[in-house]
Amino acid sequence: MIVQRKIRVLIAKPGLDSHDRGAKIVARALRDAGMEVIYTGLRQTPEQIVETALQEDVDVIGLSILSGAHTTLFPKIMKSLKGKGMSDVLVFAGGIIPQEDVLALKKIGIKEIFGPGTPTGVLVEFVQENARKKE
Amino acid sequence: MEALIGMFDERELQKIKKERQRWETTKVPNWTERHPERKNEFSTLSGISTKRLYTPENVKRLDYLKDLGFPGEHPFTRGLHATMYRGRLWTMRQFSGFGTAEQTNQRFKYLLKEGETGLSIAFDYPTIMGYDSDQSMATGEVGQCGVAVSSLKDMETLFDGIPLDKVSTSMTINGPAAMLLAMYVAIGDRQGVPREKLDGTTQNDNLKEFFAQKLCIFPPKPALKLSTDIIEYCARHLPSWNPISISGYHIREAGSNAVQELAFTLADGIAYVESTLERGLKVDEFAPRLSFFFASHNDFFEEIAKFRAARRLWAKIIKERFNAQNPRSLWMRMHVQTSGCTLTAQQPTNNIMRVAFQSLAAVLGGTQSLHTNSFDEALALPCEDAVRVALRTQQIIAYESGVTDTIDPLGGSYYVECLTNEMEERAMRYIDRIDAMGGVASAIESGFFQKEIADSAYKYQKEIELKQRTLVGVNDYTVEKDWVPVELLRVHPKVEEEQVARLQKMKKERDNRKVKEVLDKLHDEADKDRNLMPTIIEAVKAYVTIGEITDVLRAVFGEYRELIVV
Repeated sequence: MIVQRKIRVLIAKPGLDSHDRGAKIVARALRDAGMEVIYTGLRQTPEQIVETALQEDVDVIGLSILSGAHTTLFPKIMKSLKGKGMSDVLVFAGGIIPQEDVLALKKIGIKEIFGPGTPTGVLVEFVQENARKKE
Repeated sequence: MEALIGMFDERELQKIKKERQRWETTKVPNWTERHPERKNEFSTLSGISTKRLYTPENVKRLDYLKDLGFPGEHPFTRGLHATMYRGRLWTMRQFSGFGTAEQTNQRFKYLLKEGETGLSIAFDYPTIMGYDSDQSMATGEVGQCGVAVSSLKDMETLFDGIPLDKVSTSMTINGPAAMLLAMYVAIGDRQGVPREKLDGTTQNDNLKEFFAQKLCIFPPKPALKLSTDIIEYCARHLPSWNPISISGYHIREAGSNAVQELAFTLADGIAYVESTLERGLKVDEFAPRLSFFFASHNDFFEEIAKFRAARRLWAKIIKERFNAQNPRSLWMRMHVQTSGCTLTAQQPTNNIMRVAFQSLAAVLGGTQSLHTNSFDEALALPCEDAVRVALRTQQIIAYESGVTDTIDPLGGSYYVECLTNEMEERAMRYIDRIDAMGGVASAIESGFFQKEIADSAYKYQKEIELKQRTLVGVNDYTVEKDWVPVELLRVHPKVEEEQVARLQKMKKERDNRKVKEVLDKLHDEADKDRNLMPTIIEAVKAYVTIGEITDVLRAVFGEYRELIVV
């Protein structure tokens, strides 16, 4: 019998901003939906986030940023993930990210960007459907 | 015997009670049989149960002279000043800052031209965290969420053409508060403004950083030391400066409810008073200049009750717990900002209405100063058009609505008075609990505040998702396609390049021998636990940067490591 392990998710806060209300709510909601959730805490550098993702062997990374530095930091994270052979990890993001940036961020491999007001149920469903499957 | 305490005659109360019972058992069920109420239970955002109707019975213990009194007099429930807005309106103070000092200087001048009456600086994240624009942690962040200020040079540009004896300035800065205040002093000195005339506020509330705003640089003990340094220095040398703005706003934005916001803020206030008393100052020497900062959220009456209860409770605490004699020590002067977290990205123009109600609550609650959010702020930093609408909202309340013509117009409302009592009692229960834990420092260490706030935030989110609370445009009355009526503000990446180049040029041109000398002195003073304000003033005048000063203090005090509470 194949036992599917719980989906492992890293909720990460790159950038210097300290708005962690959304990240914490997402972390709790995914946990309540039966996933293993690790929250990094604030102000993680791209290197720290990728390192934690690797160490914790996560299937999913959720990035939360409200400082406006996503255009600089997200590409660094995606590049570093690729470099470590972790391109199969599902990456999604949330925060204050202008609509005009969304296309460029999707092009570098971020699967979805969720804006303010997104119900947590939508996120749970999204992660369940898109997370890489590991046995 | 209750009638002897309260405002109402006991016989009259009995009659009201009897009539109320009759109404409840006959009239109401008769009506609800055909027209049921919208919900089985109603409650405020803090979870205080809301009755169908409030009558004198609900405020029967209210003692007018003791609990309400007169404006400008203890316990200040009805207002801080004798004539309130019939005399002077509140200060209209829009928090702003983005990009370079030059861009923000232009925004300041625009706001002043449009009738703003006080400045309020938003710094970018590197500045707030004590990094220079050219440090690696600043990459991608320079000028994004506020103005980049690394040295006195930037501050000079920021205040170009703005005479400091004509404006008051509020600075949202905590960890590096001493450095920004020092720069303000330096500019005042250069403009020839006497130091006793410098008017403004440093937020400088480092305690709430640990559980609310979370922009911590140093561990709790040195962080409190730095806050106290400024309170002490101002009491002795800058008599018109508000050294601290004890802030509930961030507690609320992080997810707390109104009761927690009130309680945790006043608990922080107690901690600052205690810490300053330890410096040998008397309470009346510094309490008059302690100021406060609250959010105004969606629940209209609860917010009004919170502001009224806050004034009354603080007056009691300062008088009874700390034995203040000077009536001004009992003043809780407050700044209010409409609640950023209530703004929706969906149908953004709806935010104009939210901000209007929230600011009306702040005015009916008797605030001294107000910031109104712009309707596009769930999407980006506000553009000029949106900021103008926000400022106009205040002006419409001030000049058109008539609510400013009499003092505390909701005083005496059975509901508002009952809710004011309720807020005070519930907040006091929290403060007693925090005292029992050993005070604010222990409550931070154990994660008490963090857990309380995270729980409330999650509960609120769940209520919205289960549609127990309606958010117009988000979980109901949604539209297929949103319309943003203005161009969103973008901070160009060039801002960072240019700022870094300017900073590096300045570092080459200044007297670097003097820089080293004053940094060594600072290290020594920090080591010896002296008040650091005088040396920091000396340092910024020599164009020592925020990053350089903070690095020295990090070396002495250590860095804070976040206590993660999900």
